[in-house]
Amino acid sequence: MSRVHDMGGRFGDGPIVPESEDVIFHADWHPRALALTLAAGSLGQWNIDVSRHARECLAPKDYAAFSYYEKWIAGVADMLVERGVVTPAELSGACDAQISDLATKKLTADQVAGVLARGGPADRDSAVAQAFQIGDAVMTRRIAQNVLVAGGHTRLPMYAAGAKGKILRYHGTHVLPDSNAHRLGEAPEPLYAVVFPASELWQHPEHPRDEVVLDLWQSYLEAV
Amino acid sequence: MPHDTHDHDHPHALLPPQPALRVKALETILTQKGLVDPAALDVIIDTYENKIGPRNGAHVVAKAWREPEFLDALRTDADAALLELGYYGRQGEHMVVVENTPQMHNLVVCTLCSCYPWPLLGIPPGWYKSDAYRARVVREPRAVLADFDVRLPDETAVRVWDSTAEVRYLVLPMRPAGTEGWSEQALMDLVSRDSMIGTGVVQVPV
Repeated sequence: MSRVHDMGGRFGDGPIVPESEDVIFHADWHPRALALTLAAGSLGQWNIDVSRHARECLAPKDYAAFSYYEKWIAGVADMLVERGVVTPAELSGACDAQISDLATKKLTADQVAGVLARGGPADRDSAVAQAFQIGDAVMTRRIAQNVLVAGGHTRLPMYAAGAKGKILRYHGTHVLPDSNAHRLGEAPEPLYAVVFPASELWQHPEHPRDEVVLDLWQSYLEAV
Repeated sequence: MPHDTHDHDHPHALLPPQPALRVKALETILTQKGLVDPAALDVIIDTYENKIGPRNGAHVVAKAWREPEFLDALRTDADAALLELGYYGRQGEHMVVVENTPQMHNLVVCTLCSCYPWPLLGIPPGWYKSDAYRARVVREPRAVLADFDVRLPDETAVRVWDSTAEVRYLVLPMRPAGTEGWSEQALMDLVSRDSMIGTGVVQVPV
């Protein structure tokens, strides 16, 4: 089994409650949590894959109990301590917070627009040759787990493990999260959109022609 | 007194348990350490509350409905076409636009977290980030659509896009009949956020 965040296909979650487009945040601290997370990220101590993995590493009972932005804040706090940016004593308030060596990297108000506009593109040149063409039949890894690190980050959901599909699009070569989340390098490789019949994934699909598409890295796939 | 709600192996448990206080405490600590400028946080919040939101996506949809050459450009290289309109940035670096037709309805989710095209739609709605949506929509998209009062004809197949990489998807909803010759602004006003995620369809109000 994988981690608690990998919930695609799970039963028992109940109805979805639509909401008005005007509702952006549900509590005053939500936008603060979002902004704090983005500002802390700009210190350059982690990449997006490391930060996703930090949230996934929350204890299952915390992951299930925390609201969305509570997960973000918990992940940020854990990464700050892991990187030695903040000490446990500072976090608990047992001592006064000291000026950090990273203070020169602080995101200033006038830098925000540029940083948000630049984003963080994930496409990279790669020496790994494209192995599949559009229309090729492929099968995903039978076990949806990181092959480099036990219990590590991966973007192959459990529900799509060992499933047969077809290459729908080629996205070029992108950073491999399974490596990048563990600071093992970006290891870029070909990335594809792979289409699966719903009947390949679910015992009781709703409709015979429904499909699910996932973006999957070449190393998640084998030819069939 | 034992605490059984937080995992004590994780440093985050050192912060106050109440979420609003937890965020406040972390902001105070990082500000004291010289790592965060509260004024920068205000600018980030203003950006996503007032500047970047689903009206950007509605602009793209209305333009694609009116201008065949723009639609072609979106199909060929969405990133380049969107950049010309100024829509690029964080969580929208690699865009693909997927077109609804009478034969195929597209629906977007991120089952593993909450990936979403921020430059075009802003911050994802609460339900998009909910366990229920993430868990259910890949397995029973039609039951999920019913929660949004959307019912598709039997001849329409559903294609659910689970955003597992940094590629972000925008649904191009079908243009409703009776809108020929409408202005870009009038068309934009019809386009809901949900119709660009795939949990809504665009209709002319009666």
